[in-house]
Parts: sequence; structure tokens; C-alpha cells
Amino acid sequence: MAEENEKDTLAGKATAKAAKAKKSSPKKGYARKATKAEAHAEAPAKASKAKPKKAKAEGLKATPIETRAAYLKKLLVNYKGMLPDNLLTQLEAKLSGATMEEAQVKKIVDETYKAYTKALIEPGEAAGTVAAQSVGEPGTQMTLRTFHYAGVRELNVTLGLPRLIEIVDARRIPSTPTMTVFLDDDHKGSLEKAKEVVTRIERIAVENVAKSIEYDMVNASFIVEVDEEIAQDKQLDAEFIAKSIVKLKIGKVEIEGNGIIITPEVTAQDKIKRLRERILTLRLKGIKSIKRVLIQKENEEYILHTDGSNLSEVLKIKGIDPNRVYTNNVSEIAEVLGIEAARAAIIKEAFQVLDQQGLDVDMRHVILIADLMTSTGRIRQIGRHGVSGEKSSVLARAAFEVTVKHLLDAAAHGEEDALEGVTENVIVGQPIPLGTGIVELFMRFSNQKEAE
Amino acid sequence: MVKFEILKHELVPQFEILKKEEIEALRHTYGIKKEDLPWIRRSDPVCKEIGAKPGDVLKITRKSPVAEQSVGYRYCVPG
Repeated sequence: MAEENEKDTLAGKATAKAAKAKKSSPKKGYARKATKAEAHAEAPAKASKAKPKKAKAEGLKATPIETRAAYLKKLLVNYKGMLPDNLLTQLEAKLSGATMEEAQVKKIVDETYKAYTKALIEPGEAAGTVAAQSVGEPGTQMTLRTFHYAGVRELNVTLGLPRLIEIVDARRIPSTPTMTVFLDDDHKGSLEKAKEVVTRIERIAVENVAKSIEYDMVNASFIVEVDEEIAQDKQLDAEFIAKSIVKLKIGKVEIEGNGIIITPEVTAQDKIKRLRERILTLRLKGIKSIKRVLIQKENEEYILHTDGSNLSEVLKIKGIDPNRVYTNNVSEIAEVLGIEAARAAIIKEAFQVLDQQGLDVDMRHVILIADLMTSTGRIRQIGRHGVSGEKSSVLARAAFEVTVKHLLDAAAHGEEDALEGVTENVIVGQPIPLGTGIVELFMRFSNQKEAE
Repeated sequence: MVKFEILKHELVPQFEILKKEEIEALRHTYGIKKEDLPWIRRSDPVCKEIGAKPGDVLKITRKSPVAEQSVGYRYCVPG
């Protein structure tokens, strides 16, 4: 994955760069400060904790808190954009309460900045390879663990390795699509109102409310017996169902007590079978492909979890909070909310899987993968039909999968390989363009002549 | 019902179309061409919403779980 990383995601790399820095800066800061002064026993942001003690020990005069706070604010504004926001907030939080002189405060901030810049990824570092290894190795542990996780709620959602593969493969539809629907202020407080929204979302077909459906050979008609209890629970009646069936335009529809009699115009055996299917799957209410909705109470509000996903339709439902609707179907998010939302969803989903398995993978690796997958503006899978399969180098592609096919095709088309990536150069036995190997020297002959 | 605005969804970050000078400055700081940035399609729901055209560069301010806030860019391409 290293070379895709180099060529595809400059900005992605920049993100990873910054990301990595944040991750390691506390450690590096620790190492250097420890050598400088024992008092700096903690990470730069936390250094303030240790610092006051030192200040007191040396008997330094403290400036009034207000002026110090103001000074700190002014100082930190200068670093806006140079240091990540979370470091700035941490610095402000920790330093504003500290008893020390302005010069000392400045020193701490300067040191933090130095540690930060030092911790940034260096040009030529194999960020992609590191990310691949960091996700891959814990992945091998996942195989040994559970495949499917039977949730506490009746809803069964694919987790673990199968789910991770699904995300990285950018499957159009996940094996267990599910949505989390939050309700708006009017509806989230009461179970009654939540149930009201459920009836709007949950898909109810004839098969869900029918006790039985039989074909009467003598009269050439279907008899659908409605289960009244269920129908009432779903706020439906025979009349409504009959009206819906009429819309199918298959023949005469009559109501007889609890039964609905449908006399189709066609009588051919094979067509009757298909008609039966059509009647059974006819949607009476709710949203297509949302099979079941569960209500759950979380933090004083009712939340709906669905079996099945249909983002664009759910967004139109009254009573939900459209800004917080979530689905685990990433391609649906890309379609409705755009590629950036999809990027966020990939990160969220992949990290959630790793986290649930108790694997401590740094989020920045996952972010890099998500950046790579979305770098063309569409979701691309990592495997053969995506990132790895679209490498420009023939040798790199051949090294990945179906070696002979790639070599044969390349030969037939007279492809050339510029030997720019890592894999190609490993194959031909040259130094690889990574680390110091990424630097190339050129000589400017014109200048040389001038010098002579 | 009020029309749902995708830009207000919690998964969608802040978008901003860069001005010519800003693009120039960006190219200079990173030493790259516009096309080297990650792309965003013109047909992307966000592009339609903010009216970005191919050739535009979008500045994206994301809420990041690791850095509170992070800035990224995307280059608008046809398709």
C-alpha cells in the first residue's frame, strides 16, 4: 500500500502527517524534557502539572492570574494553525491554572511546538505500509475470535473481521444493513410518540398482516385472511389493505368480513404463482427495505434501530432528527450526503469494529485508509478492483494478484514501467524510494558552464 | 416538513470554495498541482448544494476525533 499512498493522497498524507505528530508528540516531548529537567516528568501538555512545583520550589514570584491568562491567550493565538486545536486547548487548560512566570509559560509552549514539529511524519516515511500493518496485525487476532456477535438487542449486526472486510471492500450493500434513527425534540421524550414514528418507518407488507393466503381453484380467486390483532396493532384494517391491493390492478377485489377475495383476470398456473408473490410482498405502509424497527432508550431519549437501511427515504419521515440519522451502509451515505460524509462513516465504522474487538489500533491509521478509499471522489475498495488494481506500475499490479494476466496484458499492450514505486524496485533489485531513498539528485549543467 | 439540508448533517463537515489567490497560496505551500489533491465529483450532493464547479478547490474543515479540528482540501472534477 505504500506507493498508492505516495502518489494518490498528498492531502491524505498531510492528514496522516499531522495525525501522527499528535500521536507521538507527547512521548517525544517526554523523552527530551526528561533529559533537560527532571521536573518535566510528563508530556508537554501535561508539563504544567509538574511545572508549578518547580516554580514554587525555586521561589519565583507569580504574576496575577488575570494577566497570565491574557498573556497565555495572546501567546496561543500565534500558534493557531501551527499546532492542532486539541493541543492548544490542552495547553490553555493546563497552563492557565499554573503558577509561573510569563517566560516560563512561553518556554513550555515553545517546547510543545518543537516537540510537535519534530514528531511530524518525515518525507519518505512509509505511512501507508505502517497503516496496513497496524490494521492487519490486529486483524489476524480477530480471525480467532467471534464472527458474528449476537447483540443484546434482538438485532444481529455483522461485526469483527467479516465486517472489516466488508468496509474495506466497499460493498454496495452490507450483509446486515442497519440504521440508527434519532427523533426530534417533540418525539424523543415519549414512548408513544416514538411508536408513532415507528409505524411510519417500518415496512409492513400483506404477508405481515395476513393469517393465510389461499388460492381457490373453483372460483379462481385468492382469499387473504387478515389477522385482526396484528393489523390493529399496525393501525391497519381490511379496507385499507383491500384498497392497496386494488392498486396492483390484477383483478376484482372484495371484502368479506376478515377476508379479502381477489379474483385475478389471468388464470394460468404459472402466472397465479407469481401473482401470489406480488400480493404477499405488497407494501402497505412504511419504507421499502426496512424490515424491523426496535425502540431503545438511551440517555433519556428514545432511539430507533432498524433492520434494513434506506437513508434517502428515512430522511423524509416526519418526527426524526434528520441531522443525526445514521446508517452502516457507507455507499448509501456517499450517495445522499457526499464523499466527505462517506469518509467520516468509513472511519467511524472501521474504528468501531476494531474498538469493539478490544483492539487498540490508532485512529490515524484508519483515517489514512479512509482518505485513500475516497481520494477519487468515489468510494474505491482497497483490493483488486480499486486501489491496488489501479496502480500505474505493471510489476506492482502483477505482484499483487493474478500475476500472469497482468504481465500478459502489459506485454500485449506494450506497457512501460517507470519503476517509480516501492514494489517495482524491490522486484528489479534497486534501492526503493522510501526514506532517504526517496531523494534524487539532478545536476544543472547550465550553472556548471557558467561557473567555468 | 422543512427541506433537509445535507450540510447540517453531523457527518458532513464544513465546506468552503477557495478564491483564486487562496488556491495559488495552497499550491505554493504544498508544492503541488490542483489535481494532486483528493477529488470530489461535481455530482456529489455537497457540490450541488454549494454550487462548486469543476476546477474549484474546496476547503474542508472537519471535526477530528484526534485533533478537534482538521483542514483538508478537495479538487472538484467533472463526473
